[in-house]
Amino acid sequence: MLERSYEKFFRQNRLPHLWCPGCGNGIVMKAIVQAIEKKSGWTQDNTIIVSGIGCSSRASGYMDFDTLHTAHGRAIPFATGIKLARPDLNVVVITGDGDCTAIGGNHFIHGCRRNVDLTVILFNNNIYGMTGGQASPMTPLGKKATTAPYGSIDRPFDACKLAEAAGATYVARSTAFHVQHLVKMIEDGLDNAGFSFIEALVQCPTAYGRRNKIGEPAKMMAWMRDNAVMKNVWDKLPDDKKIGDKFPIGLFYKAETETYDEAYHHVIEMAGGAAK
Amino acid sequence: MSARLMQGNEAVAEGALKAGVRFFGGYPITPSTEIAESLAKMLPQVGGTFIQMEDEIASMGVILGASLTGKKVLTASSGPGISLKQELIGYAAAAEIPVVIVNVQRVGPSTGQPTAPSQGDVMQARWGTHGDHSIIVLSPWSVRESFDLAVKAVNYAERFRTPVILLMDEIVGHLRENVELPETVEIYPRRTPKISRAEGYEPYKPDADLVPNVANFGEGYHIHVTGLIHDETGFPVGSPKITREFIKRMHEKINIAADEIIEVHEEFMSDADYAVVSFGGTARTAYEAVLNARKRGVKVGFVRLITIFPFADKIIAELAKKVKGIVVAELNYGQIVNEVERAAAGQCKVQLCAKYDMTIFEPEEIEAAIDEVSGNA
Amino acid sequence: MRKQLRLSGSGGQGVITAAIILAEAAVSEGKQAVQSQSYGPEARGGASKSEVIIDDEKIFHPHVKAPDFVLAMTQKAADKYYSDLNSDGVLILDDDLVPNSPQFKNIIRVPITKLAVEKVGKALFANIVALGVLAKITKLVDFDTIKKSVAHRVPAHTVEQNMLALQLGFDAVK
Repeated sequence: MLERSYEKFFRQNRLPHLWCPGCGNGIVMKAIVQAIEKKSGWTQDNTIIVSGIGCSSRASGYMDFDTLHTAHGRAIPFATGIKLARPDLNVVVITGDGDCTAIGGNHFIHGCRRNVDLTVILFNNNIYGMTGGQASPMTPLGKKATTAPYGSIDRPFDACKLAEAAGATYVARSTAFHVQHLVKMIEDGLDNAGFSFIEALVQCPTAYGRRNKIGEPAKMMAWMRDNAVMKNVWDKLPDDKKIGDKFPIGLFYKAETETYDEAYHHVIEMAGGAAK
Repeated sequence: MSARLMQGNEAVAEGALKAGVRFFGGYPITPSTEIAESLAKMLPQVGGTFIQMEDEIASMGVILGASLTGKKVLTASSGPGISLKQELIGYAAAAEIPVVIVNVQRVGPSTGQPTAPSQGDVMQARWGTHGDHSIIVLSPWSVRESFDLAVKAVNYAERFRTPVILLMDEIVGHLRENVELPETVEIYPRRTPKISRAEGYEPYKPDADLVPNVANFGEGYHIHVTGLIHDETGFPVGSPKITREFIKRMHEKINIAADEIIEVHEEFMSDADYAVVSFGGTARTAYEAVLNARKRGVKVGFVRLITIFPFADKIIAELAKKVKGIVVAELNYGQIVNEVERAAAGQCKVQLCAKYDMTIFEPEEIEAAIDEVSGNA
Repeated sequence: MRKQLRLSGSGGQGVITAAIILAEAAVSEGKQAVQSQSYGPEARGGASKSEVIIDDEKIFHPHVKAPDFVLAMTQKAADKYYSDLNSDGVLILDDDLVPNSPQFKNIIRVPITKLAVEKVGKALFANIVALGVLAKITKLVDFDTIKKSVAHRVPAHTVEQNMLALQLGFDAVK
């Protein structure tokens, strides 16, 4: 039997969690702590978990660190404040597709632009789960939601392309099916000094799968297995094969640029406040 | 230290810095921008952090995050920006995060008259964010007092773990006048846990003054902070009892200290038959109006609210017992007058002297109201 | 003795800076001063006005009524801001930028901007020329004190040009 060493990262007295049976959020939450566990120097005392509002953002309450459950869409500004006030702390942001790309969209792109040293993990379940299945900016075209009963006509964001264009220095995608890959993508994001963004596809059987007749949780995960294509393979695919539900996963972008806290430290030096 | 010429907004920045503010997040808006500009220059000189955020909401978010690590924090804005900040002012009230918000009031609603003075945000300062909550609101009338109240606002935010609004107006914010600033000020330090995790520390367990000693992030306490109603552990609960107790304590932690927080400046009151109640920049004109009326033999006194909220209920009730009439002069359509009427409870006549046309009061306009209430008109 | 001044023009002419320097000089001589301003929402091009009150006593109401001195650097400002001048007051006009003198008995016309352009090299210095003019006419603050305040306020590499501008304004009034 595998050692369940990751269990120490959870507030056992806050469990069981409130997510529905079959939900993918728990898989990603576990992947995050497994990635943190692999990082030398990252402890429960020097790592802060910040989340927004929504199903995924409830994860912070179960994780045994200093944790901050902010307001809807605002996790990145709060996290920015923590990181700039205490650059020695490690700051991880948990957000959802509605939280990050709708109400928090402006904060998201400006967080990427500034290259603050944060790791942002977006749990993408393609829907507003907490409030019962309304369309999000990442609901695929034609898919149904309670506020898109005839199918969504709003073109969805590709949050990874958005992050890269806005200046994030690490951009990757994985899924709740590809657990080891997901842990690796998060771990490499934690390693990156700068704004790291990882989109994790998660199944929401209750508010998304059922309404869109995708089926049971296992079928939703099988869909991830069958349609996710590793980045190196995807890049070699001819365009006529990049069709249907196929989508790439893996590391999309990495760059080395000065982080915001490093840049601001130079400001402090110029102003003569370095010793204070 | 000798006197120098300084602007009200600059004095706020100086006061905040002196009180220990080391983190500012903001967004440019007239007529508050000088506060951000001053701190952009001064904060890195003392190893502090200034950041211009993408919007007003983010400006609140970034300072709340910084405050949770133990930094003393400030943001400044004006009407339209303050409206946007309301969401996270409520968060600060609910999660009990120390934070000071400066509002240099201009004419509203909406974009209004961006450079013109107003005192139209008084009730917003009290009730702007949704839900029951308590808050402290202070309003200076001079450049020196802008400094002093900035210090006090920071100290109150820390002591009561509450948002504090420094309610400026364009009159005082942009006014330059002689000022001598103190070398040192009294500072209220960040509250710290009295017991360890092992001893059963609970971050939201109130101390004797009903204020919790919430640990700073990064000090090993593993606390959870949320805008959901929570119990003493900090975790959300859906219980009527906890909800009732939480909302009550949020109010009572301020209420039980109200006599100490409430500051009112009174002059010429010993023989007064009438009084002018005012606050902020308008009080400067009210003071001249009172002087002028006194010269004409009208026994009128000067009452200036330094603390706007919690409201000076007892002081105004006493005043209403003593005088025959009160003039309330404010640069809006009539806001604080309703509080004065409520506190006066019919014991004397309360007369509104309102102005809302981009210009400040002239002393004659307030004198006319004094004459009207005293029957000399 | 209370004295009230109004400095007016259009945004970018520097009348607010001139008013601040004058008030700073008064404060450094131990007098009481308040300086206030109103301008359009934009930093450049709109109408601009700044008021200074100088007194030996504390000043409460900050708004100038019946000013003793009005400086106008544009025709629009001259037409708008002279009318409530104290009857013994002085209206000071930029000779080139205010072609039509308002109906007022005591007017002093000085080629303020022209002096700045021709003798200092830039219209940018017009506000400091105007300050020299005001120093001479108002006699509220010692000229040496104003020199110190100007030197303190302007960028170090422009001190020489600003001193020249100040002196030009001071000497332009007989």
